Amino acid sequence: MATILQTRGLRKHFGGLSAINGVDLAVEEGELRCLIGPNGAGKSTLFKLILGAYQPSAGEILFRGEDISSLRPHLRVQRGMSIKFQVPGIFLELPVEQNLRIALQRAYRGAALGTELDRLLDLIDLAFQRDELAANLSHGQQQWLEIAMAVALKPSMLLLDEPTAGMSPEETFKTGELVKKLNASGMTIIVIEHDMAFVRQIARRVTVLHIGQVFYEGTLDEIIGNEDVVRIYLGKV
Amino acid sequence: MRRWLTLLDGPQTLGRGPAFWAAFVLLILFAALLPAFVDPFAITNLTYFLVWVFISLGLSLIWGYAGILSFGQTAFFGLAGYTYGVISINLGDAGLWTWFALAVSLVLPAMLAVVIGYFMFYGGVRDVFVGIVTLSITLVFETFMAQTAGPEWTIGTARLNGFNGMANMPPLTLPWDESPLIFDGPALFWLVLGLAILVYLGLRIMVNSRFGNVLVAIRENPDRAEMLGYNIRMYQLVVFVIGSVLAGMSGVLYTLWGSYITPSSMGLTAAALPIVWVAAGGRKDLTATLFATLLLLWLSQQLAVKGSQYALIWMGVILLVVVLFAPEGLFVTVWKRLRGRILSRQGTATPKAASSSSA
Repeated sequence: MATILQTRGLRKHFGGLSAINGVDLAVEEGELRCLIGPNGAGKSTLFKLILGAYQPSAGEILFRGEDISSLRPHLRVQRGMSIKFQVPGIFLELPVEQNLRIALQRAYRGAALGTELDRLLDLIDLAFQRDELAANLSHGQQQWLEIAMAVALKPSMLLLDEPTAGMSPEETFKTGELVKKLNASGMTIIVIEHDMAFVRQIARRVTVLHIGQVFYEGTLDEIIGNEDVVRIYLGKV
Repeated sequence: MRRWLTLLDGPQTLGRGPAFWAAFVLLILFAALLPAFVDPFAITNLTYFLVWVFISLGLSLIWGYAGILSFGQTAFFGLAGYTYGVISINLGDAGLWTWFALAVSLVLPAMLAVVIGYFMFYGGVRDVFVGIVTLSITLVFETFMAQTAGPEWTIGTARLNGFNGMANMPPLTLPWDESPLIFDGPALFWLVLGLAILVYLGLRIMVNSRFGNVLVAIRENPDRAEMLGYNIRMYQLVVFVIGSVLAGMSGVLYTLWGSYITPSSMGLTAAALPIVWVAAGGRKDLTATLFATLLLLWLSQQLAVKGSQYALIWMGVILLVVVLFAPEGLFVTVWKRLRGRILSRQGTATPKAASSSSA
Protein backbone atom coordinates (compact mmCIF):
# COMPACT_ATOMS: atom_id res chain seq x y z
CA MET A 1 0.00 0.00 0.00
CA ALA A 2 1.16 3.48 -0.81
CA THR A 3 1.48 6.25 1.74
CA ILE A 4 -1.25 8.84 1.14
CA LEU A 5 -0.28 11.33 3.87
CA GLN A 6 3.05 11.98 5.46
CA THR A 7 4.28 14.74 7.75
CA ARG A 8 7.97 15.31 8.42
CA GLY A 9 9.24 17.31 11.37
CA LEU A 10 6.00 19.29 11.44
CA ARG A 11 5.99 22.19 13.90
CA LYS A 12 3.55 24.97 14.72
CA HIS A 13 4.24 27.74 17.20
CA PHE A 14 1.71 30.32 18.36
CA GLY A 15 3.96 32.98 19.84
CA GLY A 16 5.80 31.19 22.61
CA LEU A 17 3.46 28.20 22.65
CA SER A 18 4.47 25.23 20.51
CA ALA A 19 1.24 23.40 19.72
CA ILE A 20 2.83 20.93 17.33
CA ASN A 21 6.35 19.99 18.15
CA GLY A 22 7.90 17.82 15.47
CA VAL A 23 5.20 15.41 14.29
CA ASP A 24 6.20 12.57 11.93
CA LEU A 25 3.07 10.80 10.82
CA ALA A 26 2.47 8.39 7.95
CA VAL A 27 -0.97 7.18 6.89
CA GLU A 28 -1.44 4.45 4.29
CA GLU A 29 -3.95 4.56 1.48
CA GLY A 30 -7.27 3.03 2.59
CA GLU A 31 -6.43 3.19 6.29
CA LEU A 32 -8.85 4.07 9.06
CA ARG A 33 -6.73 5.79 11.69
CA CYS A 34 -7.73 7.18 15.04
CA LEU A 35 -5.94 10.12 16.60
CA ILE A 36 -6.30 10.37 20.36
CA GLY A 37 -4.66 12.34 23.11
CA PRO A 38 -5.44 14.56 26.08
CA ASN A 39 -6.85 18.05 25.63
CA GLY A 40 -4.24 20.39 24.24
CA ALA A 41 -2.24 17.56 22.67
CA GLY A 42 -2.42 19.33 19.31
CA LYS A 43 -4.86 17.06 17.49
CA SER A 44 -7.07 19.75 15.97
CA THR A 45 -4.04 21.93 15.21
CA LEU A 46 -2.54 19.01 13.29
CA PHE A 47 -5.73 18.72 11.20
CA LYS A 48 -5.67 22.45 10.51
CA LEU A 49 -2.06 22.20 9.37
CA ILE A 50 -2.87 19.29 7.07
CA LEU A 51 -5.78 21.19 5.47
CA GLY A 52 -3.92 24.49 5.34
CA ALA A 53 -6.04 26.56 7.73
CA TYR A 54 -2.69 27.14 9.50
CA GLN A 55 0.74 27.48 7.91
CA PRO A 56 3.40 25.28 9.57
CA SER A 57 6.28 26.99 11.39
CA ALA A 58 8.60 24.23 10.15
CA GLY A 59 8.50 20.83 8.48
CA GLU A 60 6.57 19.55 5.50
CA ILE A 61 3.32 17.81 4.62
CA LEU A 62 3.25 15.33 1.74
CA PHE A 63 -0.01 14.25 0.11
CA ARG A 64 0.54 11.35 -2.29
CA GLY A 65 4.21 12.28 -2.40
CA GLU A 66 3.57 15.94 -3.30
CA ASP A 67 4.71 18.64 -0.88
CA ILE A 68 1.52 20.62 -0.19
CA SER A 69 2.84 22.62 2.80
CA SER A 70 2.43 25.99 1.11
CA LEU A 71 -0.75 25.35 -0.90
CA ARG A 72 -3.93 27.29 -0.13
CA PRO A 73 -6.70 25.20 1.54
CA HIS A 74 -8.98 25.02 -1.50
CA LEU A 75 -6.16 23.57 -3.59
CA ARG A 76 -5.57 20.86 -1.01
CA VAL A 77 -9.28 20.05 -1.05
CA GLN A 78 -9.19 19.92 -4.84
CA ARG A 79 -6.41 17.30 -4.55
CA GLY A 80 -8.76 14.99 -2.66
CA MET A 81 -8.83 16.01 1.01
CA SER A 82 -11.92 16.85 2.97
CA ILE A 83 -12.59 17.77 6.60
CA LYS A 84 -15.35 17.89 9.17
CA PHE A 85 -14.42 20.56 11.71
CA GLN A 86 -14.64 20.15 15.47
CA VAL A 87 -17.30 22.86 15.75
CA PRO A 88 -19.91 22.11 13.07
CA GLY A 89 -19.00 24.30 10.10
CA ILE A 90 -22.22 24.33 8.15
CA PHE A 91 -24.26 27.07 6.53
CA LEU A 92 -26.73 27.69 9.37
CA GLU A 93 -29.03 30.11 7.56
CA LEU A 94 -29.47 27.85 4.53
CA PRO A 95 -31.77 24.81 4.20
CA VAL A 96 -30.28 21.34 4.65
CA GLU A 97 -30.66 20.59 0.96
CA GLN A 98 -28.87 23.79 -0.06
CA ASN A 99 -25.98 22.96 2.27
CA LEU A 100 -25.51 19.66 0.48
CA ARG A 101 -25.95 21.11 -2.99
CA ILE A 102 -23.13 23.59 -2.41
CA ALA A 103 -20.85 20.70 -1.46
CA LEU A 104 -22.10 18.34 -4.18
CA GLN A 105 -21.82 20.78 -7.10
CA ARG A 106 -18.04 20.42 -7.04
CA ALA A 107 -18.14 16.77 -8.07
CA TYR A 108 -21.60 16.31 -9.61
CA ARG A 109 -23.73 17.85 -12.35
CA GLY A 110 -27.39 17.75 -13.35
CA ALA A 111 -29.34 14.55 -12.66
CA ALA A 112 -26.38 12.81 -11.01
CA LEU A 113 -26.34 15.60 -8.43
CA GLY A 114 -30.00 15.03 -7.58
CA THR A 115 -29.46 11.27 -7.22
CA GLU A 116 -26.46 11.74 -4.96
CA LEU A 117 -28.33 14.39 -2.96
CA ASP A 118 -31.16 11.95 -2.22
CA ARG A 119 -28.68 9.20 -1.37
CA LEU A 120 -26.80 11.40 1.13
CA LEU A 121 -30.03 12.69 2.70
CA ASP A 122 -31.13 9.08 3.28
CA LEU A 123 -27.71 8.18 4.59
CA ILE A 124 -27.87 10.82 7.33
CA ASP A 125 -31.63 10.43 7.95
CA LEU A 126 -32.45 14.02 7.03
CA ALA A 127 -34.59 13.38 3.93
CA PHE A 128 -37.74 14.54 5.72
CA GLN A 129 -36.01 17.72 6.93
CA ARG A 130 -34.42 18.73 3.65
CA ASP A 131 -36.15 22.14 3.61
CA GLU A 132 -35.36 22.89 7.26
CA LEU A 133 -32.76 25.56 8.02
CA ALA A 134 -29.55 23.91 9.19
CA ALA A 135 -29.65 26.12 12.30
CA ASN A 136 -32.82 24.31 13.46
CA LEU A 137 -31.20 20.85 13.46
CA SER A 138 -30.05 19.13 16.63
CA HIS A 139 -26.32 19.13 17.35
CA GLY A 140 -25.98 15.51 16.28
CA GLN A 141 -27.85 16.17 13.03
CA GLN A 142 -25.59 19.14 12.32
CA GLN A 143 -22.60 16.84 12.79
CA TRP A 144 -24.07 14.38 10.31
CA LEU A 145 -24.88 17.11 7.85
CA GLU A 146 -21.28 18.27 7.91
CA ILE A 147 -20.00 14.72 7.52
CA ALA A 148 -22.28 14.35 4.49
CA MET A 149 -20.96 17.65 3.08
CA ALA A 150 -17.39 16.44 3.54
CA VAL A 151 -18.24 13.13 1.86
CA ALA A 152 -20.05 14.90 -0.99
CA LEU A 153 -16.69 16.07 -2.33
CA LYS A 154 -15.78 12.44 -3.09
CA PRO A 155 -12.51 12.81 -1.19
CA SER A 156 -9.77 10.19 -1.19
CA MET A 157 -8.83 11.23 2.36
CA LEU A 158 -11.39 12.34 4.94
CA LEU A 159 -10.48 14.02 8.24
CA LEU A 160 -13.12 13.89 10.98
CA ASP A 161 -12.57 16.04 14.06
CA GLU A 162 -14.68 14.64 16.91
CA PRO A 163 -17.56 13.47 14.71
CA THR A 164 -19.62 12.09 17.61
CA ALA A 165 -19.40 15.03 20.03
CA GLY A 166 -22.89 15.73 21.39
CA MET A 167 -24.38 12.50 20.02
CA SER A 168 -26.40 9.91 21.94
CA PRO A 169 -24.87 6.40 22.23
CA GLU A 170 -27.15 5.15 19.42
CA GLU A 171 -26.19 8.05 17.18
CA THR A 172 -22.53 7.45 17.98
CA PHE A 173 -22.82 3.80 17.07
CA LYS A 174 -24.54 4.69 13.82
CA THR A 175 -21.80 7.20 13.01
CA GLY A 176 -19.24 4.45 13.62
CA GLU A 177 -20.99 2.15 11.16
CA LEU A 178 -21.13 4.99 8.62
CA VAL A 179 -17.40 5.66 9.01
CA LYS A 180 -16.62 1.96 8.55
CA LYS A 181 -18.80 1.81 5.46
CA LEU A 182 -17.05 4.80 3.90
CA ASN A 183 -13.69 3.29 4.71
CA ALA A 184 -14.73 -0.05 3.17
CA SER A 185 -15.48 1.83 -0.06
CA GLY A 186 -11.80 2.78 -0.25
CA MET A 187 -11.72 6.17 1.49
CA THR A 188 -8.76 6.87 3.77
CA ILE A 189 -10.12 8.25 7.03
CA ILE A 190 -8.41 9.90 10.02
CA VAL A 191 -10.59 10.48 13.07
CA ILE A 192 -9.96 12.55 16.19
CA GLU A 193 -12.04 11.06 18.98
CA HIS A 194 -12.28 10.92 22.77
CA ASP A 195 -14.97 8.25 23.02
CA MET A 196 -13.03 4.98 23.47
CA ALA A 197 -16.06 2.82 22.69
CA PHE A 198 -16.25 4.59 19.36
CA VAL A 199 -12.51 4.12 18.77
CA ARG A 200 -12.88 0.41 19.54
CA GLN A 201 -15.81 0.17 17.15
CA ILE A 202 -13.98 1.61 14.15
CA ALA A 203 -10.22 1.69 14.34
CA ARG A 204 -7.51 -0.79 13.68
CA ARG A 205 -4.63 1.56 14.26
CA VAL A 206 -4.41 4.39 16.79
CA THR A 207 -1.94 7.25 17.14
CA VAL A 208 -1.56 8.94 20.52
CA LEU A 209 -0.58 12.58 20.45
CA HIS A 210 0.88 14.26 23.52
CA ILE A 211 2.29 17.79 23.93
CA GLY A 212 2.48 18.22 20.19
CA GLN A 213 4.32 14.99 19.47
CA VAL A 214 3.50 11.41 18.45
CA PHE A 215 3.63 9.64 21.80
CA TYR A 216 2.67 6.13 20.77
CA GLU A 217 1.28 4.25 17.80
CA GLY A 218 -0.35 0.82 17.75
CA THR A 219 -3.58 -1.12 17.99
CA LEU A 220 -6.15 -0.08 20.57
CA ASP A 221 -5.33 -3.07 22.80
CA GLU A 222 -1.63 -2.25 22.75
CA ILE A 223 -2.47 1.33 23.69
CA ILE A 224 -4.79 0.43 26.54
CA GLY A 225 -2.14 -1.98 27.84
CA ASN A 226 0.53 0.72 27.72
CA GLU A 227 1.10 2.26 31.15
CA ASP A 228 2.58 5.48 29.78
CA VAL A 229 -0.49 6.19 27.68
CA VAL A 230 -2.82 5.53 30.59
CA ARG A 231 -0.69 7.85 32.70
CA ILE A 232 -0.81 10.81 30.32
CA TYR A 233 -4.57 10.45 30.04
CA LEU A 234 -4.82 10.57 33.81
CA GLY A 235 -2.52 13.58 33.76
CA LYS A 236 0.42 12.18 35.71
CA VAL A 237 3.21 13.05 33.28
CA MET B 1 -32.50 27.83 -22.53
CA ARG B 2 -34.78 25.89 -20.19
CA ARG B 3 -31.96 25.66 -17.68
CA TRP B 4 -31.59 29.44 -17.68
CA LEU B 5 -35.29 29.88 -17.12
CA THR B 6 -35.28 27.57 -14.10
CA LEU B 7 -32.39 29.58 -12.67
CA LEU B 8 -34.55 32.72 -12.79
CA ASP B 9 -36.82 31.05 -10.27
CA GLY B 10 -34.22 29.49 -7.96
CA PRO B 11 -33.73 29.28 -4.22
CA GLN B 12 -31.78 32.50 -3.70
CA THR B 13 -34.58 34.83 -4.80
CA LEU B 14 -37.84 35.32 -2.94
CA GLY B 15 -40.31 36.33 -5.64
CA ARG B 16 -41.16 33.06 -7.40
CA GLY B 17 -43.86 31.23 -9.28
CA PRO B 18 -46.38 32.10 -12.02
CA ALA B 19 -48.18 34.81 -10.03
CA PHE B 20 -44.95 36.70 -9.41
CA TRP B 21 -43.90 36.57 -13.04
CA ALA B 22 -47.33 37.55 -14.29
CA ALA B 23 -47.23 40.63 -12.05
CA PHE B 24 -43.67 41.30 -13.19
CA VAL B 25 -44.60 41.27 -16.89
CA LEU B 26 -47.66 43.46 -16.27
CA LEU B 27 -45.55 45.94 -14.36
CA ILE B 28 -42.99 46.14 -17.18
CA LEU B 29 -45.72 46.63 -19.78
CA PHE B 30 -47.24 49.35 -17.63
CA ALA B 31 -43.87 51.06 -17.20
CA ALA B 32 -43.01 50.81 -20.88
CA LEU B 33 -46.31 52.41 -21.90
CA LEU B 34 -46.06 55.25 -19.39
CA PRO B 35 -44.50 57.80 -21.78
CA ALA B 36 -47.74 57.69 -23.77
CA PHE B 37 -49.81 58.75 -20.78
CA VAL B 38 -47.82 60.94 -18.41
CA ASP B 39 -46.07 64.25 -18.93
CA PRO B 40 -42.39 64.48 -19.93
CA PHE B 41 -41.34 65.73 -16.50
CA ALA B 42 -42.68 62.57 -14.84
CA ILE B 43 -40.76 60.45 -17.35
CA THR B 44 -37.55 62.34 -16.63
CA ASN B 45 -38.21 61.79 -12.97
CA LEU B 46 -38.83 58.06 -13.39
CA THR B 47 -35.64 57.79 -15.42
CA TYR B 48 -33.80 59.39 -12.52
CA PHE B 49 -35.17 56.76 -10.10
CA LEU B 50 -34.27 53.91 -12.42
CA VAL B 51 -30.72 55.22 -12.88
CA TRP B 52 -29.92 54.30 -9.26
CA VAL B 53 -31.23 50.76 -9.49
CA PHE B 54 -27.90 49.47 -10.83
CA ILE B 55 -25.70 50.61 -7.95
CA SER B 56 -28.31 49.14 -5.56
CA LEU B 57 -28.52 45.77 -7.29
CA GLY B 58 -24.72 45.64 -7.43
CA LEU B 59 -24.49 46.36 -3.70
CA SER B 60 -27.16 43.75 -2.97
CA LEU B 61 -25.03 41.26 -4.90
CA ILE B 62 -21.74 41.97 -3.12
CA TRP B 63 -23.15 42.78 0.33
CA GLY B 64 -26.41 40.84 0.53
CA TYR B 65 -25.37 37.75 -1.36
CA ALA B 66 -21.60 37.55 -0.90
CA GLY B 67 -21.41 39.21 2.51
CA ILE B 68 -18.92 41.95 1.58
CA LEU B 69 -20.03 45.37 2.85
CA SER B 70 -18.60 47.93 0.47
CA PHE B 71 -19.25 51.46 1.67
CA GLY B 72 -17.65 53.08 -1.35
CA GLN B 73 -19.54 51.98 -4.44
CA THR B 74 -19.83 55.68 -5.28
CA ALA B 75 -16.12 55.69 -6.19
CA PHE B 76 -17.02 53.60 -9.25
CA PHE B 77 -20.13 55.69 -9.84
CA GLY B 78 -18.08 58.89 -9.96
CA LEU B 79 -15.22 57.41 -11.95
CA ALA B 80 -17.67 56.23 -14.62
CA GLY B 81 -19.49 59.55 -14.70
CA TYR B 82 -16.32 61.61 -15.08
CA THR B 83 -14.92 59.17 -17.64
CA TYR B 84 -18.01 59.58 -19.79
CA GLY B 85 -17.76 63.34 -19.44
CA VAL B 86 -14.09 63.59 -20.38
CA ILE B 87 -14.32 61.24 -23.37
CA SER B 88 -17.62 62.47 -24.80
CA ILE B 89 -16.71 66.14 -24.45
CA ASN B 90 -13.44 65.48 -26.27
CA LEU B 91 -14.76 63.21 -29.00
CA GLY B 92 -18.20 64.74 -29.51
CA ASP B 93 -21.38 62.94 -30.52
CA ALA B 94 -20.51 62.05 -34.11
CA GLY B 95 -20.77 58.43 -35.20
CA LEU B 96 -20.63 55.97 -32.34
CA TRP B 97 -18.28 57.98 -30.15
CA THR B 98 -20.78 58.45 -27.30
CA TRP B 99 -21.23 54.66 -27.16
CA PHE B 100 -17.47 54.27 -27.11
CA ALA B 101 -17.38 56.69 -24.14
CA LEU B 102 -20.09 54.63 -22.44
CA ALA B 103 -18.10 51.42 -22.90
CA VAL B 104 -14.86 52.91 -21.57
CA SER B 105 -16.80 54.31 -18.63
CA LEU B 106 -17.73 50.77 -17.65
CA VAL B 107 -14.29 49.27 -18.31
CA LEU B 108 -12.42 51.74 -16.07
CA PRO B 109 -14.47 50.99 -12.92
CA ALA B 110 -13.95 47.29 -13.65
CA MET B 111 -10.18 47.81 -13.79
CA LEU B 112 -10.18 49.90 -10.61
CA ALA B 113 -12.27 47.22 -8.86
CA VAL B 114 -9.83 44.51 -9.96
CA VAL B 115 -6.92 46.43 -8.43
CA ILE B 116 -8.68 47.38 -5.16
CA GLY B 117 -10.35 43.98 -4.88
CA TYR B 118 -7.12 42.11 -5.51
CA PHE B 119 -5.29 43.88 -2.70
CA MET B 120 -8.26 43.57 -0.32
CA PHE B 121 -9.28 39.96 -0.85
CA TYR B 122 -5.88 38.45 -1.57
CA GLY B 123 -4.48 40.53 1.27
CA GLY B 124 -6.99 39.00 3.68
CA VAL B 125 -9.01 42.17 4.37
CA ARG B 126 -12.36 41.06 5.79
CA ASP B 127 -15.60 42.25 7.34
CA VAL B 128 -15.85 45.88 8.43
CA PHE B 129 -12.38 46.70 7.07
CA VAL B 130 -13.62 46.30 3.49
CA GLY B 131 -16.13 49.04 4.26
CA ILE B 132 -13.44 51.28 5.71
CA VAL B 133 -11.09 50.80 2.75
CA THR B 134 -13.78 51.41 0.13
CA LEU B 135 -15.23 54.42 1.98
CA SER B 136 -11.74 55.94 2.21
CA ILE B 137 -11.24 55.50 -1.51
CA THR B 138 -14.47 57.25 -2.48
CA LEU B 139 -13.74 60.13 -0.05
CA VAL B 140 -10.24 60.52 -1.50
CA PHE B 141 -11.79 60.68 -4.99
CA GLU B 142 -14.28 63.30 -3.84
CA THR B 143 -11.59 65.43 -2.18
CA PHE B 144 -9.35 65.17 -5.21
CA MET B 145 -12.04 66.11 -7.73
CA ALA B 146 -13.22 69.00 -5.52
CA GLN B 147 -9.85 70.72 -5.86
CA THR B 148 -9.75 70.61 -9.67
CA ALA B 149 -11.35 74.03 -10.10
CA GLY B 150 -8.32 75.67 -11.71
CA PRO B 151 -7.86 75.86 -15.50
CA GLU B 152 -4.78 73.58 -15.22
CA TRP B 153 -7.18 70.68 -14.48
CA THR B 154 -8.20 70.11 -18.08
CA ILE B 155 -8.13 66.88 -20.06
CA GLY B 156 -8.16 67.75 -23.75
CA THR B 157 -11.07 70.18 -24.03
CA ALA B 158 -12.80 68.91 -20.87
CA ARG B 159 -12.52 71.06 -17.75
CA LEU B 160 -12.88 69.04 -14.53
CA ASN B 161 -14.21 72.17 -12.88
CA GLY B 162 -13.69 71.37 -9.19
CA PHE B 163 -16.60 71.36 -6.80
CA ASN B 164 -19.06 72.64 -9.39
CA GLY B 165 -18.48 69.54 -11.46
CA MET B 166 -18.49 68.84 -15.17
CA ALA B 167 -21.45 69.64 -17.37
CA ASN B 168 -22.67 69.72 -20.94
CA MET B 169 -21.55 66.30 -22.06
CA PRO B 170 -23.49 65.12 -25.16
CA PRO B 171 -26.27 62.52 -24.78
CA LEU B 172 -25.98 59.05 -26.28
CA THR B 173 -26.40 59.45 -30.03
CA LEU B 174 -26.98 56.84 -32.76
CA PRO B 175 -26.50 57.78 -36.43
CA TRP B 176 -29.88 57.30 -38.13
CA ASP B 177 -31.01 57.96 -41.72
CA GLU B 178 -31.42 61.74 -41.87
CA SER B 179 -31.20 62.93 -38.26
CA PRO B 180 -29.37 61.03 -35.51
CA LEU B 181 -31.30 59.23 -32.78
CA ILE B 182 -30.70 61.07 -29.52
CA PHE B 183 -31.31 59.28 -26.23
CA ASP B 184 -33.14 61.73 -24.06
CA GLY B 185 -36.71 61.96 -22.81
CA PRO B 186 -38.69 58.74 -23.45
CA ALA B 187 -35.82 57.15 -25.44
CA LEU B 188 -33.48 57.44 -22.46
CA PHE B 189 -36.28 56.17 -20.20
CA TRP B 190 -36.76 53.07 -22.36
CA LEU B 191 -33.02 52.48 -22.55
CA VAL B 192 -32.60 52.69 -18.76
CA LEU B 193 -35.73 50.61 -18.16
CA GLY B 194 -34.50 47.94 -20.59
CA LEU B 195 -31.06 47.86 -18.99
CA ALA B 196 -32.57 47.62 -15.51
CA ILE B 197 -34.72 44.64 -16.54
CA LEU B 198 -31.76 42.92 -18.23
CA VAL B 199 -29.50 43.46 -15.23
CA TYR B 200 -32.20 42.34 -12.78
CA LEU B 201 -32.90 39.13 -14.71
CA GLY B 202 -29.21 38.49 -15.32
CA LEU B 203 -28.43 38.84 -11.62
CA ARG B 204 -31.32 36.52 -10.74
CA ILE B 205 -29.81 33.88 -13.00
CA MET B 206 -26.39 34.49 -11.49
CA VAL B 207 -27.39 34.24 -7.83
CA ASN B 208 -29.39 31.06 -8.44
CA SER B 209 -26.59 29.40 -10.40
CA ARG B 210 -23.74 27.33 -9.01
CA PHE B 211 -21.76 30.57 -8.81
CA GLY B 212 -24.49 32.11 -6.63
CA ASN B 213 -24.55 29.06 -4.39
CA VAL B 214 -20.87 29.61 -3.67
CA LEU B 215 -21.42 33.34 -2.98
CA VAL B 216 -24.05 32.54 -0.38
CA ALA B 217 -21.78 29.86 1.09
CA ILE B 218 -18.98 32.42 1.45
CA ARG B 219 -21.37 34.84 3.15
CA GLU B 220 -22.56 32.19 5.61
CA ASN B 221 -19.21 30.62 6.44
CA PRO B 222 -16.10 31.53 4.43
CA ASP B 223 -13.91 28.92 6.11
CA ARG B 224 -16.32 26.11 5.29
CA ALA B 225 -16.66 27.37 1.72
CA GLU B 226 -12.90 27.29 1.33
CA MET B 227 -12.74 23.79 2.83
CA LEU B 228 -15.24 22.66 0.20
CA GLY B 229 -12.56 23.49 -2.34
CA TYR B 230 -13.75 26.93 -3.49
CA ASN B 231 -11.22 29.65 -4.16
CA ILE B 232 -13.12 32.17 -2.08
CA ARG B 233 -10.79 35.10 -2.81
CA MET B 234 -11.39 34.69 -6.51
CA TYR B 235 -15.17 34.56 -6.03
CA GLN B 236 -15.04 37.67 -3.82
CA LEU B 237 -12.97 39.51 -6.40
CA VAL B 238 -15.26 38.57 -9.30
CA VAL B 239 -18.41 39.59 -7.46
CA PHE B 240 -16.84 42.86 -6.31
CA VAL B 241 -15.92 43.70 -9.91
CA ILE B 242 -19.44 42.91 -11.16
CA GLY B 243 -21.01 45.05 -8.42
CA SER B 244 -18.61 47.87 -9.19
CA VAL B 245 -19.35 47.83 -12.91
CA LEU B 246 -23.03 48.15 -11.99
CA ALA B 247 -22.18 51.14 -9.79
CA GLY B 248 -20.34 52.53 -12.81
CA MET B 249 -23.41 51.94 -14.95
CA SER B 250 -25.46 54.06 -12.55
CA GLY B 251 -22.75 56.73 -12.75
CA VAL B 252 -22.79 56.88 -16.55
CA LEU B 253 -26.57 56.87 -16.77
CA TYR B 254 -26.79 59.57 -14.11
CA THR B 255 -24.33 61.69 -16.08
CA LEU B 256 -26.32 61.11 -19.27
CA TRP B 257 -29.57 61.91 -17.51
CA GLY B 258 -28.56 65.28 -16.13
CA SER B 259 -25.56 66.14 -18.35
CA TYR B 260 -23.49 66.77 -15.26
CA ILE B 261 -21.43 65.03 -12.60
CA THR B 262 -20.02 66.56 -9.42
CA PRO B 263 -17.55 65.43 -6.74
CA SER B 264 -20.34 65.27 -4.16
CA SER B 265 -21.67 62.23 -6.03
CA MET B 266 -18.72 60.44 -4.39
CA GLY B 267 -19.08 62.05 -0.96
CA LEU B 268 -20.15 60.60 2.36
CA THR B 269 -23.87 61.26 1.92
CA ALA B 270 -23.89 59.80 -1.58
CA ALA B 271 -21.96 56.76 -0.36
CA ALA B 272 -24.38 56.12 2.50
CA LEU B 273 -27.60 56.30 0.47
CA PRO B 274 -27.19 53.01 -1.46
CA ILE B 275 -26.55 51.30 1.90
CA VAL B 276 -29.89 52.65 3.17
CA TRP B 277 -31.80 51.58 0.05
CA VAL B 278 -30.33 48.09 0.04
CA ALA B 279 -30.67 47.52 3.79
CA ALA B 280 -34.22 48.90 3.96
CA GLY B 281 -35.79 46.50 1.48
CA GLY B 282 -33.68 43.46 2.28
CA ARG B 283 -30.13 43.18 1.09
CA LYS B 284 -30.33 39.41 0.60
CA ASP B 285 -32.95 39.73 -2.11
CA LEU B 286 -32.66 41.43 -5.49
CA THR B 287 -36.39 42.12 -5.86
CA ALA B 288 -36.67 43.70 -2.41
CA THR B 289 -33.63 45.84 -3.21
CA LEU B 290 -35.07 46.91 -6.55
CA PHE B 291 -38.38 48.10 -5.14
CA ALA B 292 -36.93 49.61 -1.97
CA THR B 293 -34.56 51.72 -4.09
CA LEU B 294 -37.35 53.08 -6.27
CA LEU B 295 -39.67 53.65 -3.32
CA LEU B 296 -37.11 55.43 -1.15
CA LEU B 297 -35.93 57.64 -4.02
CA TRP B 298 -39.53 58.65 -4.62
CA LEU B 299 -40.04 59.20 -0.90
CA SER B 300 -36.95 61.37 -0.47
CA GLN B 301 -37.99 63.43 -3.46
CA GLN B 302 -41.44 63.98 -1.95
CA LEU B 303 -39.82 64.95 1.35
CA ALA B 304 -37.30 67.22 -0.36
CA VAL B 305 -40.08 69.07 -2.12
CA LYS B 306 -41.70 69.77 1.24
CA GLY B 307 -38.66 70.67 3.32
CA SER B 308 -35.22 70.40 1.79
CA GLN B 309 -32.83 68.82 4.28
CA TYR B 310 -35.37 66.67 6.15
CA ALA B 311 -35.25 64.03 3.42
CA LEU B 312 -31.79 62.86 4.49
CA ILE B 313 -32.74 62.81 8.15
CA TRP B 314 -35.72 60.58 7.29
CA MET B 315 -33.43 58.26 5.32
CA GLY B 316 -31.31 57.96 8.46
CA VAL B 317 -34.38 57.26 10.58
CA ILE B 318 -35.51 54.57 8.14
CA LEU B 319 -32.09 52.91 8.31
CA LEU B 320 -32.16 52.94 12.12
CA VAL B 321 -35.67 51.52 12.29
CA VAL B 322 -34.83 48.76 9.85
CA VAL B 323 -31.60 47.81 11.62
CA LEU B 324 -33.37 47.69 14.98
CA PHE B 325 -36.69 46.07 14.08
CA ALA B 326 -36.28 44.27 10.75
CA PRO B 327 -32.58 43.56 10.25
CA GLU B 328 -33.35 41.40 7.22
CA GLY B 329 -35.06 44.38 5.57
CA LEU B 330 -38.69 45.51 5.58
CA PHE B 331 -39.85 43.77 2.40
CA VAL B 332 -38.09 40.51 3.19
CA THR B 333 -39.44 40.45 6.75
CA VAL B 334 -43.02 41.17 5.66
CA TRP B 335 -42.75 38.63 2.84
CA LYS B 336 -41.53 35.88 5.18
CA ARG B 337 -44.23 36.65 7.77
CA LEU B 338 -46.96 36.53 5.12
CA ARG B 339 -45.65 33.31 3.64
CA GLY B 340 -45.35 31.75 7.09
CA ARG B 341 -48.96 32.70 7.83
CA ILE B 342 -50.21 31.30 4.52
CA LEU B 343 -48.27 28.06 5.01
CA SER B 344 -49.56 27.59 8.55
CA ARG B 345 -53.13 28.26 7.39
CA GLN B 346 -52.72 25.61 4.68
CA GLY B 347 -51.28 23.35 7.37
CA THR B 348 -54.38 23.62 9.54
CA ALA B 349 -56.69 23.23 6.54
CA THR B 350 -55.09 19.89 5.64
CA PRO B 351 -54.19 18.21 8.94
CA LYS B 352 -53.09 15.05 7.13
CA ALA B 353 -50.31 16.82 5.26
CA ALA B 354 -49.27 18.67 8.40
CA SER B 355 -48.95 15.53 10.49
CA SER B 356 -46.96 13.68 7.83
CA SER B 357 -44.51 16.56 7.41
CA SER B 358 -43.89 16.83 11.14
CA ALA B 359 -43.54 13.07 11.67
